Amino acid sequence: MNPLLEITNLSAAVDGKPILKGLNLTVCAGEVHAIMGPNGSGKSTLAAVLAGRPGYEVAGGEVLFDGANLIDMKPEDRARQGLFLAFQYPVEIPGVNSTYFLKAALNEVRKARGLPELDAMEFLDLVRARMDVLHLDQSLLNRPVNEGFSGGEKKRNEIFQMAVLEPRLAILDETDSGLDIDALKIVAEGVNKLHRSDNAQVVITHYQRLLNYIIPDYVHVLHDGRIVRSGGKELAYELEERGYDWVTDHVKSERPELAAA
Amino acid sequence: MNTTLDPIENLVQSDYKYGFVTEVETDSVPPGLNEDTIRLISAKKHEPDFMLEWRLRAYRHWLTMTEPKWANVHYNPIDYQSIVYYSAPKRNANGPKSLEEVDPKLLETYERLGIPLHERAKLAGVAVDAVFDSVSVATTFKEKLGEMGVLFCSFSDAVLNHPDLVKKYLGSVVPYTDNFFATLNSAVFSDGSFCYIPKGVRCPMELSTYFRINAANTGQFERTLIIAEEGAYVSYLEGCTAPMRDENQLHAAVVELLALDRAQIKYSTVQNWYPGDAEGRGGIYNFVTKRGLCKGRHSKISWTQVETGSAITWKYPSCVLLGDNSVGEFYSVAVTNNRQQADTGTKMIHIGKNTSSTIVSKGISAGHGQNSYRGMVKVQKSAAQARNFSQCDSLLLGDKCGAHTFPYLEVKNPTARVEHEATTSKIGEDQIFYCNQRGLATQDAVNMIVNGYCKEVFKQLPMEFAVEAQKLLGVSLDGSVG
Ligand SMILES: Nc1ncnc2c1ncn2[C@@H]1O[C@H](COP(=O)(O)OP(=O)(O)OP(=O)(O)O)[C@@H](O)[C@H]1O
Ligand SMILES: [Mg+2]
Repeated sequence: MNPLLEITNLSAAVDGKPILKGLNLTVCAGEVHAIMGPNGSGKSTLAAVLAGRPGYEVAGGEVLFDGANLIDMKPEDRARQGLFLAFQYPVEIPGVNSTYFLKAALNEVRKARGLPELDAMEFLDLVRARMDVLHLDQSLLNRPVNEGFSGGEKKRNEIFQMAVLEPRLAILDETDSGLDIDALKIVAEGVNKLHRSDNAQVVITHYQRLLNYIIPDYVHVLHDGRIVRSGGKELAYELEERGYDWVTDHVKSERPELAAA
Repeated sequence: MNTTLDPIENLVQSDYKYGFVTEVETDSVPPGLNEDTIRLISAKKHEPDFMLEWRLRAYRHWLTMTEPKWANVHYNPIDYQSIVYYSAPKRNANGPKSLEEVDPKLLETYERLGIPLHERAKLAGVAVDAVFDSVSVATTFKEKLGEMGVLFCSFSDAVLNHPDLVKKYLGSVVPYTDNFFATLNSAVFSDGSFCYIPKGVRCPMELSTYFRINAANTGQFERTLIIAEEGAYVSYLEGCTAPMRDENQLHAAVVELLALDRAQIKYSTVQNWYPGDAEGRGGIYNFVTKRGLCKGRHSKISWTQVETGSAITWKYPSCVLLGDNSVGEFYSVAVTNNRQQADTGTKMIHIGKNTSSTIVSKGISAGHGQNSYRGMVKVQKSAAQARNFSQCDSLLLGDKCGAHTFPYLEVKNPTARVEHEATTSKIGEDQIFYCNQRGLATQDAVNMIVNGYCKEVFKQLPMEFAVEAQKLLGVSLDGSVG
């Protein structure tokens, strides 16, 4: 199968400080990948670089998204091509109605896919159907984007947007943190329902807990800007039991070429 | 690589699409100002004596005044002797009798500005008075309005054809002694619009004046007077543009509104004078005095302004709430981009009982723009149960611009209720990135955020113009973020 995302030897810096230091990752359609790793290891940085956040400088390496060079694309073009980031900290946009915002976003994405724009009625039908999946309170949609949403509502709203935009590659940056157990189940259920053979998900998390509901095909451990270990879902259990030190120490003994930086 | 660009730092100059010049032969007076200039202007307009006398009184008073310096704006001194005080496109002796006689170049100019004047393409439901430099070149729908007794014509026509009304009301709201710029205007004003809505008449269409400065080194000093008799209603809109020039040009207008018992006047402005270039060269100095007098009981005056143009804006559309239960409103969006400066706001003077006023001001600063809100709410002793609500919001795009708020409050009646709210917010890079990540281009994201912010004001504008205003705002802020 052709990879949807192919990251080769990616290094990136923020404010001149190197964060990603030669990262490799391949994600194919139909797969779910989990990325774990200690605080500050570069998980959100990876998500930001993939989404094209200003201020994140790519110093080397290559990222192909469906065969095209992702790094050269504007952030909005990446989104239109089907890359979606569920933010760790979704931002509030006062004055901009959520429904209006999402309709504009969806129509941009549809335009890029050669699909006709949806009118207000068609859009609302779609929205209602997707809301049910996520048990999201419809009144949130009448409010400005994320404004005054609780932490959990913000996270759910991210997944709701994902459900409407139907990306080919979704990166979920700690969508589970801040969710109560019921919300966690709902979000996981939503993510699972959206999962298809032609799309893929990269789930960044600290907790094995989420992976009880979203079953990953692969688990990767990110440490100091590199993926130092990859495995199946058992790796998550092992991490939970033994902590990150277990992997990072391993790195030093097993693969000294990676440890030396 | 685009990921390293800071979108808010990356300022580029936006295009001012109304910056063209129309080549017409003009009839101008030489630059400079003295009593002879005024006599000459008055003579060119065949004015009756009372008008000339009034102008001269104003001029003599102006000589005793000094330019105000309290506004939070900065500019090099204006040389009042280098300004041309009258410039008009040449025409046959008596002026055009109908649109067929109007110079096609002028009609074309208004066409390019989106204001078609000729019969076929006239804006539906909107009567337009087109003012070009110092004179009105055409007024549409005059006859149709005349059938209802509504007078809508250029100020010059009003002086000639309705001298009694002019004599009675001119200066009754803004006296010729009012302030430096209003006094200058009273001395040299050239043209403008005159509207008179008789008792009980609801004006059947929007009235609008489109002001265009064309000639170089010319000041535009127009004067607008709107009178709504008992129970009358009128909605009036003004629009303004000017060519791009490297020199600054002075625009010092006076607008007087008078509402009698239960009359309502809704006055909307979409101001898009040339703002100058990115370095602050050129642009219009927009120093304007606008005031409405709610003289009658239950009368209402609403000012709505969308100020996107001009190098400097100095303007405080005000309401004097004299009649009991009268209502004053001020809704404003003021944008400053690049080197633009705006010092704008309102005055609400409560005199009658149960008078109420609402102020909603939305300032937007981008580039190196400086935006000041200056507002006064004054409740006099007589104004029992007066109410005011003020909301002043500032939105910053980038970190080189500024927003300032100067609210003044003076309450002399203890039963008055006055509320003031103010906020300052910033369009953050993270908001824009969030929109980008959902597929929206940066400019669309900025427009969306700014329009959301201005919604409250836009919904006060007549429908056709609300759409225009939204677009204009988009153009004004185009390129304000990369
Ligand atoms: N603007 C910046 N200047 C300097 N260092 C930065 C900047 N932004 C992020 N970093 C650093 O980059 C490193 C990686 O941060 P990142 O947010 O990617 O970590 P993370 O793996 O997502 O951590 P967490 O689990 O806490 O979310 C951290 O050490 C952080 O301090
Ligand atoms: Mg993180």
